[in-house]
Amino acid sequence: MSEQNLQSQTVQTTGHAWDGDLQEFNNPLPTWWVYTFYVTIVFSVVYWLIYPSWPFGKGFLTGFSDITYVNKAGETVSSHWNTRALLMEDLNKADEMQKPYFSKVAASDFGQISKDPELSGFVLSAGKALFTDNCAPCHQQGGQGVVGFFPNLTDDDWLYGGSYDKIHQTLVNGRRGYMPAFGEVLSVGEIDALANYVASLSGIEHDAGKAANGRALFSSETAACYYCHTDSAKGRQDMGAPNLTDKIWLWANVPGSDNPEGKIAAIRSTISTGVNKGVMPAWGERLSPEQIKVLTVYVHELGGGK
Amino acid sequence: MQVGLEEQVAPLQGRIPVFTRSVKGAFRRFKSGVLITAYAVFFLLPWLPWQRADAPDQAVLFDVPGRRFLIFDLTIYPQDVVWLALLLFIAAAILFFATALVGRAFCGYFCFQTLWTDFFIWIEAKIQGERPARVRLYRQPWNREKLIKIGSTHLIWLVASFWTGMSFILYFGYAPDLVARFFAGEAAAAAYITVAVLTLSTYFAAGYMREQICTYVCPYGRFQSVMYDAETLAVHYDARRGEGRLGRASARSGLRTLEERHAKGNGDCIDCKLCVQVCPTGIDIREGLQYKCISCGLCIDACNGIMDSMGFPRGLIRYDSESNLAKTEPAKPHLHWKRLKVIGYGVSIVLMAGYLVYSIAARSSFEGAVTQVRQPLFVVLSNGDIRNRYQIRVTNKLGAPETFSVGIEGLPESVLELGNLREVTVKPGHSAILQASVILDPETAARTHEVVFVITPRSRPAEARSESAGFHYTGNR
Repeated sequence: MSEQNLQSQTVQTTGHAWDGDLQEFNNPLPTWWVYTFYVTIVFSVVYWLIYPSWPFGKGFLTGFSDITYVNKAGETVSSHWNTRALLMEDLNKADEMQKPYFSKVAASDFGQISKDPELSGFVLSAGKALFTDNCAPCHQQGGQGVVGFFPNLTDDDWLYGGSYDKIHQTLVNGRRGYMPAFGEVLSVGEIDALANYVASLSGIEHDAGKAANGRALFSSETAACYYCHTDSAKGRQDMGAPNLTDKIWLWANVPGSDNPEGKIAAIRSTISTGVNKGVMPAWGERLSPEQIKVLTVYVHELGGGK
Repeated sequence: MQVGLEEQVAPLQGRIPVFTRSVKGAFRRFKSGVLITAYAVFFLLPWLPWQRADAPDQAVLFDVPGRRFLIFDLTIYPQDVVWLALLLFIAAAILFFATALVGRAFCGYFCFQTLWTDFFIWIEAKIQGERPARVRLYRQPWNREKLIKIGSTHLIWLVASFWTGMSFILYFGYAPDLVARFFAGEAAAAAYITVAVLTLSTYFAAGYMREQICTYVCPYGRFQSVMYDAETLAVHYDARRGEGRLGRASARSGLRTLEERHAKGNGDCIDCKLCVQVCPTGIDIREGLQYKCISCGLCIDACNGIMDSMGFPRGLIRYDSESNLAKTEPAKPHLHWKRLKVIGYGVSIVLMAGYLVYSIAARSSFEGAVTQVRQPLFVVLSNGDIRNRYQIRVTNKLGAPETFSVGIEGLPESVLELGNLREVTVKPGHSAILQASVILDPETAARTHEVVFVITPRSRPAEARSESAGFHYTGNR
């Protein structure tokens, strides 16, 4: 058949002629190309019919396809095709898939959830998403918090208690941490003495004489630190007064300094200015009970749960 | 002589229809054998039952939603993707090996394009008749006979194409159930789309495009020819013997015997053009080795048949190497395997195949991975101790549930905390995550940079495996 391969090499002209001899070659596009082009035209017309396309009057042509979804308020809404509705539809589907797990969470108590490999796996992934969306802005992605601002959730020290019930309570109702400023009440020397005493409780290098004065001040009515922190300085979880005898610091940025003077200065500064920014919002109104339950277990399992 | 790219007139030529004549011979028998074997495997394998505890009883099942491939008693999980890489490597090396030895053997005998085209031509020949009848049918105007014959050919092609697509999807679901759901309209959209795409592509590729797939579309054909060298065996026409001094001549009176022909100066080729008529790509092998030749050997069968009937020796068209044909006294063609390239490919095939078999035989019953939690890198506890946290993911690769326990190596067991899940029971083919903490006093923490976890499956303690992860602590801060 190969002899048939040789085709004529002459090229046709359109038959037009200008200036006597100027001619136009006729090199038509390949047939497959032309037909593909026609198919794209048909495709675009079909596309206009299905999806929102042309501006029309004050609005636009919405197309014939529509999407039905359930909005945040629980109403079933039908709208023309658009990506926001598509997202809502996808979210509805995701909710539908999570439902059995959330209802299982709702039906189980905290201990059961953390002992069931399947449920705790769900808590780990769903909790991570919820934590990232709602908690991470303050407590950071891993729950490690920020010294001076937001408590670390991964250590074993709790201002208000680390049991499931206490964590749940904190999440639902929020918390407000407060310590009065002593800068106006106590003299510079007294504050220094107290700071040395507090440093001594955590094994930080300190002036023993100042610390002894500080110990006396701590329990005196002048400073009255013991009201909240108790006489042993171990704090009171029912009012969120921190334990001063452990190695964990929230408000005074002790870990941020690598010499004893700096550490004691950080404690002095906290005693002078007090604490009035320890606000944790209440999530009871913002999240569903199941979501809060998932978050409770997630935070508990971050490592610090009691 | 050679009609190659340089003589092609247009970038895309209209197809010149090829009507192949059927032929009998050794190569045709081999091709038919390959076709029947390959079809038997492809079409019947999804229906082969295989007893399984936790999955459908199908011998070969690619369970995509379950993220596993079930192949007889072997279950392959995504973690085993290296096997696929090895398999692809071996396949490529075999292709190179075979090409260096015997040219485009894959194209001519094993390629699915060749197989399906062969099958479609067989259908065409059964309905429309032998080559002359098909050429006549092609040229005659449309009438009842042409309509019925062409129509029924296409109908059977479509049915064959449909069942090709159908058989393909049966590998991805339990076959009897999937067929029932498919025809009841209850199968997944992906099933219908796949079948539609494969039906149409098979129909067009094997029914219409045929040799055009090999010449215009397929990249393998082009790069396989790069792997040829002068010693490679390929289908060749012995031009010196065929053409003689004065060229080929038909076997008219006075040119019937070899003695007469040689005396007159004519070659052994009687110009019967049978080699051209049987060629599925429509080329003339007598024009020399060319890129369109898929090395199917049908022209050898055709020529040998003619040579036999003429009483001439066989092998005017034969598997031979360029170097041998160039010699003044060509030797008997044989495989030239004593070449660095061929031996290198062979050794790599053996090594890789050996490693693949070893890797599959020595596969473990579970997969364990330890990741250190990196946010925060470490936690200072109230008594000053340092804690690092880890997520231990265990994947059960057995066909039955298995319970895994986790221990620690090189450090006292008391530093490991596992919370509520001390042990975890994992369903077959599933994974579970254990949360582990390692708590060390600051001195030990400062000199510890690695912890080693031991994951032990309860029913097979001998398969316990150690997985190490970092331990992080940056000084007394």
